[in-house]
Amino acid sequence: MKAIKPRKKSPELPAPKLTPSRFRYGLSKHRLTIGPSCTNCGLCIELCPYGVYAKGARVPRIPNEHLCLGPGCDKNAFYCVGRCPVAAISMRPNPSFQLLGDKRWTADLLASTWHMAETGHAPYQDLNYKTGDSGGGFDKLRLLYPVNGNGKRTKEIKEKDISLAIELNRSNDARPKITIPVPLYLGGMSFGSVSIVTMLSRVRAAATLGTFCCTGEGGYPDQLIPYDDHVITQVATGLFGVREETIQRVRIVEFKYAQGAKPGLGGHLLGDKVTPAVAKMREAVTGSALFSPFPFHSVYSVEDHKKHVDWIKEINPRALVSVKVSTPTDVDMVAVGSFYAGAHIIQLDGSYGGTGAAPDIAKKNIAMPIEYAMPKVHKFLKEEGIRDHITIIGSGGVRNAYDAAKIIALGADGVCLGTADMVALECLRCHHCESGRGCARGIATTDEELTNLMDVEWGTQRIINMYLAWCEQLKQILKRLGMKSIKELTGRTDALVHIDYMKKEEVQGEID
Amino acid sequence: MPPKYHTQTASAPNRFPAVTRSGVIAWEEGCLKCARCVKKECVYKVYETRALDERQMLDSLDSACQDCFRCVQNCPARLIQKGVNPTYRTIGDHYWTPEILANIWSQAETGKIPVSGAGYGGPFSGPGFDAMWTDMSEIVRPTRDGIHGREYISTTVDLGRKLMALRFDEQGDLTHPVPPLVEIPVPFIFDILPFSPPKRRILRAFLRAATDLGTFVVVKESEWLPPYERYLPNTILLLDRGPDARNGHLLDRMRMVEVPDNPAVTEWLEMLKEKKPDLLVAIRMPLTPAAAARIAELTREGAEIIHLVADEFGMEEADEPFFIKDRLKEVHLSLVDKGLRDQITIIAGGGIAMAEHMAKVIICGADAVSCDIPLLVAMECRVCRRCTQGIACPVELEEVDPAWGSRRIKNLMAGWHNQLLEIMGAMGMREVRRLRGEMGRAMFFEDLEREFASLGARKTETPQ
Repeated sequence: MKAIKPRKKSPELPAPKLTPSRFRYGLSKHRLTIGPSCTNCGLCIELCPYGVYAKGARVPRIPNEHLCLGPGCDKNAFYCVGRCPVAAISMRPNPSFQLLGDKRWTADLLASTWHMAETGHAPYQDLNYKTGDSGGGFDKLRLLYPVNGNGKRTKEIKEKDISLAIELNRSNDARPKITIPVPLYLGGMSFGSVSIVTMLSRVRAAATLGTFCCTGEGGYPDQLIPYDDHVITQVATGLFGVREETIQRVRIVEFKYAQGAKPGLGGHLLGDKVTPAVAKMREAVTGSALFSPFPFHSVYSVEDHKKHVDWIKEINPRALVSVKVSTPTDVDMVAVGSFYAGAHIIQLDGSYGGTGAAPDIAKKNIAMPIEYAMPKVHKFLKEEGIRDHITIIGSGGVRNAYDAAKIIALGADGVCLGTADMVALECLRCHHCESGRGCARGIATTDEELTNLMDVEWGTQRIINMYLAWCEQLKQILKRLGMKSIKELTGRTDALVHIDYMKKEEVQGEID
Repeated sequence: MPPKYHTQTASAPNRFPAVTRSGVIAWEEGCLKCARCVKKECVYKVYETRALDERQMLDSLDSACQDCFRCVQNCPARLIQKGVNPTYRTIGDHYWTPEILANIWSQAETGKIPVSGAGYGGPFSGPGFDAMWTDMSEIVRPTRDGIHGREYISTTVDLGRKLMALRFDEQGDLTHPVPPLVEIPVPFIFDILPFSPPKRRILRAFLRAATDLGTFVVVKESEWLPPYERYLPNTILLLDRGPDARNGHLLDRMRMVEVPDNPAVTEWLEMLKEKKPDLLVAIRMPLTPAAAARIAELTREGAEIIHLVADEFGMEEADEPFFIKDRLKEVHLSLVDKGLRDQITIIAGGGIAMAEHMAKVIICGADAVSCDIPLLVAMECRVCRRCTQGIACPVELEEVDPAWGSRRIKNLMAGWHNQLLEIMGAMGMREVRRLRGEMGRAMFFEDLEREFASLGARKTETPQ
């Protein structure tokens, strides 16, 4: 495996590379079957522009059912079901597809993310890749695009002139300015909770995109060293694997006070996942469960917090400090406190995200969703006159480019992702990451056999492809909004509507 | 500091196969009999452990499969399909959803709290309890780590009337009697079931579990049976035949009774106190829009405990009914306004289905909750309500072994206790008594949504 050369300064993003599923078949919304009357004439193979069919010995094979347009194809001249001379092809909803996903990550969202990870572009099939089915928050918010008097869009901006770059150090201190060309970085997932292959795939994807990936709380594996400039290392309550040298290696250090998946609770790595390698990294005992306590018992006030930030700044004079917090009722006070303690970045992690194992009661009930927390913090920091001196990153339930645009419009500068990466690696959210050998699909596991289900090159490219598709969509969104930079979108709540409270006749613009 | 409350849990396997969401795996025709069949690669060894369940003559595959879809995606001839179990969709109702039932079953079976990976998959919010989030502490406020046992969090509540001040004479002796108070180590009691197959054995399971947990079961006097006598200290007898019924001798060994609210309830109270001065008497009343006024009146007349009961969906009795949490907020705040809240204990119940509901009802103003249907669900009830029509129970609840049943209930309630600790630990609370009425430490949908109502460029404004 060759090390990816870190990108320092290049505004151009790479082109996507086709990276199909590592399983034999993708999961498709529609199920195609070829009946016994088939004469193997090969017309369907010729007709389908998406390459759904391939030559077979007795009948055509269907290697790419997931690329099929679905029943909406019947208008097309190449509609295989209608054109088959012996009417051998039938199409029906795939029963397995109905079991996939949940209210937040619907089967459509999963399949569209897989499509983006495979092709680097938004899906063309009839998949809703913009919203889920949670009945609130992101799923009820829509972007509102301006129109001029005669119903046409206001100004035409070329996509190549649109910038997605954001600044991570806005404090005007003596520390380095860091610009990332995409308004996102990859959130913390520890070695132990995910495999080294997953970790490397994410870090390498971040390096290729010119952004960052956080180590999570589980140490800094040596394999990550070539990508130091694109790693954020985490200091969390358990201090697992935190050493002076790991803090000195990186350009950004993150304090994790809390995480959205289990706000107010500590981390818990089940004993099964503590393999000898994990134990060594964390300086712990193989097979025994590891708890990160909650909270930092040395931080009970903003002053204590400042002491922590100063400590990191002292150890690494070039590092930016990011503070990851959850969303309590007084999240605005937490944010302002973090600013005065000297943080460059505050990451607000809403309650509906998370990747590792967490008690269901915490995920569902404790702390508020990010859609509420973000505008509250943005407004408060603006009133305090400090909003322009800190970078706000939103996370916890951001699933796609549209969610990203919405949370930025609610007040964030950029977003931090975790679950979307897992889905790009073909996680289907069975929610069994925590059990026994861990993820059956080889993503969130430390089991050797399962880890080997995935290859780093493949994983890296899948994640790159997905984010390239997001960037493409974000540029389209900005274009329609008449904005040249993603920075213009921050806090623009006038570019959003909530469909439950909107009266069509009152709202000005195109809704999507 | 009293010793830490702990319930011993032990696995109590299902008697019947659990109804799971993930349905049958279907094989279609055309197997090529390949040498490396995907079924052999199953991580969970589902295909190896597959066996016929003798009781139902169905294959036992569904509950072992964890929906990783590897066999579905890897079978060369695409012969394997999964689907949603149609039975799963039909169990329960709009309130007692399949998700809630599955949550209770798994806790009752294992004694472990539900934990899962990959974030939250449920709806953004919802009616009732789902329109509310609880707070947590970080940086600007102290927190408590009660979860892993490093800090002590008390879940004890007192039942009874509280004096606002003590008065002493010149010798330093109290000039008035102190009303009786009972402490229970957990903020819940077990209540009368809104529906159930014949209860003889079911009630024994309840009573056994309540005795072990240190709490109470409300039992109607009309349903009282002599074999329950050994559980008298943990029984709250509901005197549904009035205060001077035949079984009056039982009072000697009881700590608490309940009487239905009625115009003569104050006299009933006096009558009972005359018989046994240290007996706690709770007044049971349905939740209605008049609850706040009635409770204020009764508090002034010396009532000790009010047991407010909503219907099995948490709704009050009214033309346009409120949900329990919303009515309770009003009751609590109006008593606070009148300066009466601390004198009286309020137990609230009806529609309490999950651990979080217990925490939320307490935040909205109850001192403790009463729990009913989940106890039955712990013993595998599917909330089909066939028993209300006299049809046989599909899980034979009337035949339940009380020892097994009480183990299941203890497992469930130990889980609820632990989850209450999670919620309180996150909030930085050390006492469930202080959680009562802490609405400022919760977030309500109707408040938070206001932010969204004004979004969007309006026609009256000039576009930016």
